[in-house]
Amino acid sequence: MTMAETHMPSIELNTDVLQRSRRKTGLTFIGLSAPAFVLVVLVLIIPFAWLAWMSLYDASGALSAENYARLLRPAYVDSFLTTFKVAAIVTIVCVVLGYPVSYLLSQLPQKVAQILMIFIILPFWTSVLVRTYAWLVLLQRQGLINTWLTNLGLISEPLPLVNNLTGTVIGMVHIMLPFLILPLYASMKTIDPILLRAASNCGASPAQAFRQVFLPLSLPGVATGVALIFVLCLGYYLTPALLGGGRVAMWSTQIADMIAKFANWGAASALSVVLLVVTGSILWIVSALFKAASVTKGGV
Amino acid sequence: MTSGAVSIRQIYKAYGSYKALDGISLDIAAGEFLTLLGPSGSGKTTLLNVIAGFERPDSGSLLVDNTEFITRPPHKRDLGMVFQSYALFPHMDVFANVAYPLKLRKADSSTIQAKVTKALETVHMAHLAGRRIHELSGGQRQRVALARAIVFEPKLLLMDEPLSALDKNLREHMQIELKRLHRTLGMTTVYVTHDQQEALTMSDRIAVLDRGRVMQLDTPRAIYDAPNCKFVAGFMGDTRFVPVERNGSDFALGGQPLKVRAAPAKSASDIFLMVRPERLRWHGTPERDNRIEGNVIDVIYLGDSHMVSVELPQSTEISIRHTGAEATSLPKPGDRLALWMTPESSVIIEGARS
Repeated sequence: MTMAETHMPSIELNTDVLQRSRRKTGLTFIGLSAPAFVLVVLVLIIPFAWLAWMSLYDASGALSAENYARLLRPAYVDSFLTTFKVAAIVTIVCVVLGYPVSYLLSQLPQKVAQILMIFIILPFWTSVLVRTYAWLVLLQRQGLINTWLTNLGLISEPLPLVNNLTGTVIGMVHIMLPFLILPLYASMKTIDPILLRAASNCGASPAQAFRQVFLPLSLPGVATGVALIFVLCLGYYLTPALLGGGRVAMWSTQIADMIAKFANWGAASALSVVLLVVTGSILWIVSALFKAASVTKGGV
Repeated sequence: MTSGAVSIRQIYKAYGSYKALDGISLDIAAGEFLTLLGPSGSGKTTLLNVIAGFERPDSGSLLVDNTEFITRPPHKRDLGMVFQSYALFPHMDVFANVAYPLKLRKADSSTIQAKVTKALETVHMAHLAGRRIHELSGGQRQRVALARAIVFEPKLLLMDEPLSALDKNLREHMQIELKRLHRTLGMTTVYVTHDQQEALTMSDRIAVLDRGRVMQLDTPRAIYDAPNCKFVAGFMGDTRFVPVERNGSDFALGGQPLKVRAAPAKSASDIFLMVRPERLRWHGTPERDNRIEGNVIDVIYLGDSHMVSVELPQSTEISIRHTGAEATSLPKPGDRLALWMTPESSVIIEGARS
C-alpha cells in the first residue's frame, strides 16, 4: 500500500460495522449478567428494602422510631456487646489455631498438603447441625470429655463445658476454622520461598526470617480470614442457640426470639437492619484500612 | 580484612539417581571473579547454593578462608548473594531492603544511613531510596539486589544469573558495570551463568560445568582458544566440528595434511577440527595455511555483515562472516568457495573425553 492510499478514507473505514460489533459485545455482557442481576434484586435488594420499611412501623401499625429506640435498652445493649465478644474470641482462637496449620500446609510438599487439606475441608461436607449436636454429646456434664477427665482423676467435678460461652466458642471455632485456614493458606502459597533464603543470606536466623519477612507478607491473608470469620460470627445463630443453652444472648438469638416468641416483625426487622449495617461498616472499614496499609511505606 | 579465598573439595550431591554434583573440586583465589558456566542441569546453581548454605551436599568440604563452612547455617556465613529473581522484600522500600543485613548485624542508625547511602550510590540508585519495590523496573531491582548483597561488605559475593531477566542492551551495560564494581570493591565473586559471552566478558577464570563435573577451569582466553574437550568447545562461540583423519601423529582433512597448533596427546578415535566463523579467512597461502573447500548453501543478511554458510564434503556445515571489507565479493548460494585457516587457529578436539 502506498502513502496516499493509507491516508485517504481512514475515518470512515468500517465505522458502522465496528460500532455494531461493539454493541453486540455489550449486549452479550448484559445478557450474561442478567440472571444474576435479577436474582440479586429479587432475593437481596427487595427483601432488604422491605425489612427496612417494616422496621419503621410499631406494633399498632403507625410510623415510628420505636423499634430502634427499644434497642437502647440494657438487654439489647448487652446482647450487642455479647455478640461482638463472642465474634472476637472465636476469631482470635481461630487465628491462634489456624495460623500454624496454614503455615505448615504452605511449607509441605504439594502432595502431602493436598492430603492434609482434605481433613480441613471434610467438616464442610457435614451438616452444621450434626456437628453442633456432636459437640453437645462430647461436652455435656456426663459427656465423653468430662467422663474421661473424671476417670483419669484429673477433675472431681464435671467441667461446665457446654450451655455457656465456652461451649459456644468451641462449637463456633470448629465451624469457622476452615474459613481462616483456606484463604490464609492461599495467601501463604504466594509468598516466594526465595525471599526466606534471601533473608537468611542477609543474616536472619530462621525465627527472624519468619517474623520479619514471612509474617508481614502473610498478614493480608490473615486479614481476609479474620474479616470473613468475624462477619460470619456476628450473624451466627445455630451454634450459640444450641451450645449456649440460652445463656449466650447473641444478636441473632434476639431476632429469632422477637419473631418466634413475640411475633413482632417490626422489632425483628430493626434488629436485622442494625446487624446488617454494622456488618457492612466493618467490612468497609477493613477494606479501607487495607488500602491505606498497602499505600503507606512498610519497614522492618 | 579477611581475604575470601574459597576451597571446594570433592562435593557430591545426588537427587535420587540423578547426580547434581559429581565430585566437584575447585579453588577460588581471594579477590577473584570466577564464573560457573554451564547449560541448565549442569549443577552450577546447585554448587552456588551449596556455597551459600541453601543446599546440603551428600559429602565434601567447603573451606572459606580455611574455615570449614559445610555445616554452617546460611545466616552465619556472612556472604552476599544476588538472586536470579532478585528476591527483594516487597513489604519494604528500597532503603529498608538494603538496610536489612545491617539491621540484623545490629548496626546503629547513623552507620546504617551512611552505609546504605554509599551502597545505593555505588549502584546509582540513591535517588530512589524511598521507592517501593513494585515501582522499580527490572534493571533497578537488579541494582537494589546488588546493593543489598554488598552493603555489609562481605568477603564473598555470589551471583545467580543476575542479568538473565534483563533485556540485551541493559545486560551488556550491567556486565561492564559489575566488572568495574568488582575491581573497585575487590571481593571474591562467584558468578553463575549459562551465557558464555557474559562469562568471557567478566571473569578472571571460568569453570565450565557439565553434568555435575568441572570440565575445564581456566582463563576466558584459554577456555575459548584451547578448549580441552568437545563439550567446552561447543559451548563457547559458534563452534562447528569438522571430522578429520589421523595419520600417525599428523592430521588430515579430506586427504590434505593439516597444520595444527594444539593436538590431543591421547589417540581418541573421534577427532575434529574446531571451526568458528571468526577463525576462517577469505584469503591464505597453501604453503602456510589450511584450505577448506565447500559449496555455499546460504547467505544471510545480518545488518553489519552477511553470514555465509558453506557445506563441506564431509556433510558438515561451517560459516563465515562477510563484512564487505574483504577483497572478495559476496558469494551466492551454489558457488564453490575455498576458505583458509592459519595453523595458530587450527585446534584439534577429541570427541568423547575418555
